[in-house]
Amino acid sequence: MKDEITREDRVDALGGMGCKRKRVEDARFTQGKGKYVDDIKLPGMLFGDFVRSPYAHARIKSIDTSAALAVDGVVAVLTADDLRPLGLHWMPTLAGDKQMVLADGKVLFQGQEVAYVVARDRYIAADAVELVEVEYEDLPVLVDPFEALKSDVVLREDLVAEDGSLPDGAHGPRKHPNHIFTWEVGEKEATAQVIDSAEIVAEESMYYHRTHPCPLETCGCVASMDKVNGKLTLWGTFQAPHAIRTIVSLISGIEEHNIRVISPDIGGGFGNKVGAYAGYVCSVVASIVTGVSVKWIEDRMENLMTTAFARDYWMKGRISATPEGKITGLWCEVTADHGGFDACADPTKFPAGFMNICTGSYDIPTAYLAVDGVYTNKAPGGVSYRCSFRVTEAVYFIERMIEVLAIELNMDAAELRRINFIRKDQFPYQSALGWEYDSGDYHTAWDKALKAVDYDGLRAEQAQRVEEFKAGKTRKLMGVGLSFFTEIVGAGPVKNCDILGLGMFDSCEIRIHPTGSAIARLGTISQGQGHATTFAQILASEIGLPADSITIEEGDTDTAPYGLGTYGSRSTPVAGAATAMAGRKIRAKAQMIAAYLLEVHDDDVEFDVDRFAVKGAPEKFKTMKEIAFAAYNQAIPGIEPGLEAVSYYDPPNMTYPFGAYVCVMDIDVDTGVTDIRRFYALDDCGTRINPMIIEGQVHGGLTEALAVALGQEIAYDDMGNVKTGTLMDFFLPTAWEVPNYETDYTVTPSPHHPIGAKGVGESPHVGGVPCFSNAVNDAFRAFGLRHTNMPHDHWRIWKTANDLGLHG
Amino acid sequence: MTDKMHIKMTVNGQAQEFLAEPRELLIHTLRERLDITGPHIGCETSHCGACTVTMNGKSVKSCTVFVAQANGSDVTTIEGLGTPDNLHVLQMAFKEHHGLQCGFCTPGMITRASKLLEENPSPTEEEVRFGMAGNLCRCTGYQNIVKSILAAAAEMNAAKEAAE
Repeated sequence: MKDEITREDRVDALGGMGCKRKRVEDARFTQGKGKYVDDIKLPGMLFGDFVRSPYAHARIKSIDTSAALAVDGVVAVLTADDLRPLGLHWMPTLAGDKQMVLADGKVLFQGQEVAYVVARDRYIAADAVELVEVEYEDLPVLVDPFEALKSDVVLREDLVAEDGSLPDGAHGPRKHPNHIFTWEVGEKEATAQVIDSAEIVAEESMYYHRTHPCPLETCGCVASMDKVNGKLTLWGTFQAPHAIRTIVSLISGIEEHNIRVISPDIGGGFGNKVGAYAGYVCSVVASIVTGVSVKWIEDRMENLMTTAFARDYWMKGRISATPEGKITGLWCEVTADHGGFDACADPTKFPAGFMNICTGSYDIPTAYLAVDGVYTNKAPGGVSYRCSFRVTEAVYFIERMIEVLAIELNMDAAELRRINFIRKDQFPYQSALGWEYDSGDYHTAWDKALKAVDYDGLRAEQAQRVEEFKAGKTRKLMGVGLSFFTEIVGAGPVKNCDILGLGMFDSCEIRIHPTGSAIARLGTISQGQGHATTFAQILASEIGLPADSITIEEGDTDTAPYGLGTYGSRSTPVAGAATAMAGRKIRAKAQMIAAYLLEVHDDDVEFDVDRFAVKGAPEKFKTMKEIAFAAYNQAIPGIEPGLEAVSYYDPPNMTYPFGAYVCVMDIDVDTGVTDIRRFYALDDCGTRINPMIIEGQVHGGLTEALAVALGQEIAYDDMGNVKTGTLMDFFLPTAWEVPNYETDYTVTPSPHHPIGAKGVGESPHVGGVPCFSNAVNDAFRAFGLRHTNMPHDHWRIWKTANDLGLHG
Repeated sequence: MTDKMHIKMTVNGQAQEFLAEPRELLIHTLRERLDITGPHIGCETSHCGACTVTMNGKSVKSCTVFVAQANGSDVTTIEGLGTPDNLHVLQMAFKEHHGLQCGFCTPGMITRASKLLEENPSPTEEEVRFGMAGNLCRCTGYQNIVKSILAAAAEMNAAKEAAE
């Protein structure tokens, strides 16, 4: 029996940063008591459902809603003509373009919203959707961005002036009616010169296919206009509830204080729920028109076909090096298919997101990036699917280019990475394309990873396997996939990061209760990341009250402080920082109160875990619990009652998490079936708040990476029909296909973040995709393969083997 | 609209009786008619398993069962598995082993797992992975779900042994 409470005991009692605290969210979720948007039921609530275009490009000649309106239980059918007087038939996109809410004269992609039926229940609404008669005149379809840039077919007549000239777009001059922008970063001529005169140059073209975040819960909302007091309440699957409130206010004209946006529990986001969709606008209008609440919930097909695609980047790279393998220059040209409207969710000044992180983890002295955005007859979107803005594309690009360069140099790809890593002593590191990497220790992480998997042993085994294959003793090849990634997350500094003019700071407001418990509210919103658990841990360590005594609340714009929400791994880097800073304000006031209570000067007390103690006399102390009570109930000269704080945190820089991944894969050459034998993931996300949750994030991100690399795709045929619109065709891995992952870590804190944390939720997706893809490519390297595009489904792998003549 | 049918069923031990269109889907019956919102809708095509319930002793995806087919049946949802004061072992195991994140798949996942462990009280990891393959999760990568189910199985077996 130990009767003395040690300092260690007091630390443990807090459940603060670094411990594997169990999640407070789980009680309700495991009992089926989560409250998701479709669980909301209001008196008299109506249901909205869309009539959608079967054509990818067509003019609308007429819409006849009479048969639908005649159905008992149908309340209204909205078309663009109904929205036009309100100015709501089009809406602004996050990318500075505009987008039709309901088809205005034409449709630009299959599944586009044409009319919105409002009915007493969802069955009646679905019946009535079938009865709306739309007459279309089909137009030539463009699904290839390269063809679109040459075609006479104009997709967006609204963006061509009457005299045929092309007004500038939101990101500068346009060179063709179907062209959206050109975005250039870096030194074009200098890079060309370096590469043209280099001894070793590797070139490759790669297509990062279109896919979709596909959270298990689709998008939806409930709009409820209270005509008595003029207040609109909007519940929805919003990753950025405060931004949605501002956008709704700007486009509807309803003053912001009369709009309350609530993100309830959200069933996964992964970028899908960042944007503003036609369903939200139509539901708000329908509620205003009818005076009752209106619910709209996407079905899965609508989700996959219309809201938020990701990727769809055609990338052309050139990379140069010395014969010893030192990289001298990198060139990247991208043709980006943005679909019918440019609705990409990127900070305003970055039309291709942070694609200019494409120099990766390497010290590349000269680089150039050019991205051309193009309109096609595909769905709009362009969200960051479990990554910071376009970082997945950037990391895939550089990690494939490194592999191709290794082939060109006839060099081991792990060694090539090692000799080009940014060294520890180079941080903060200025990249050739304009970023300042905050901290890193890549060599240590890489060595740890390679040692953990016995890299040399794997290569020896692989070489032996190739010999056995050639000798006809096996039909299975072995791939060793490597990737080393650096993310750029935590957008971002208001000086260069905003969305629609809204600065990308974030916030935390803390209220300590008299008996020593607390509530903290943040501008972010969890979609499964466990904020209620981890933010309480940050606060526990900062303010010395147990995490179990701290409630975390997010998602209600009437109560939470303004913030830009949760995506791009920004919650910990930005709102987590705000949480720590607000906690420190609490502590500063607590220090004054403690000094008063202990009858010493402010400077003579110091914070120690859960208390302030007199310096040099630790037995004289006041606990934070005691201080909280005194803050409210004791008259202290010069200090006003209460213990509250708020922090709006504008980060000075992004954070740059990194990691080293290795995948070992067997491939059956005759069937194309892949077997992931081993996957090792080392992540460095700076200070670790909750290792259990970090590991869970890594497992999940890797599984989404596996999906994208090995089969998940939004594919179109030449007519613009979506070929993968259900979960039958759109690959989501099951427990059966997914391996067990080995997780590991190093810790390199961010020097500019108050607690040194960098964010982790998206790293495994960003680093995982190239790792799986490199494993497939690597398996065939001995047979002359340089590069094959994702997704590596069984058919494509079989085809690769066949093209290489491996089927005899 | 078709004529309504007289439906009788038992849900989580309670008798229910109502008139419904035969085409009404069981998931809507549960969620909208009976306010049992634990089972969720993720796809409406039987792929994701978020709507999994136990019907007459079998795991079914309630998004593709007509209420007419469920007439006379005995249905258990996540709400029928445990109570706040008396949680099912699986409910505790999922929390203990971080077997959930956003929680949307969790009710279907646990409901299916409870049936799986009835069918096979001592499954191998491979059997768990195969037996759970009808339930999709987008957050966890399944690793901790599998761990949770294996831990629950071990605990249930230990409890059974102790009782014998």
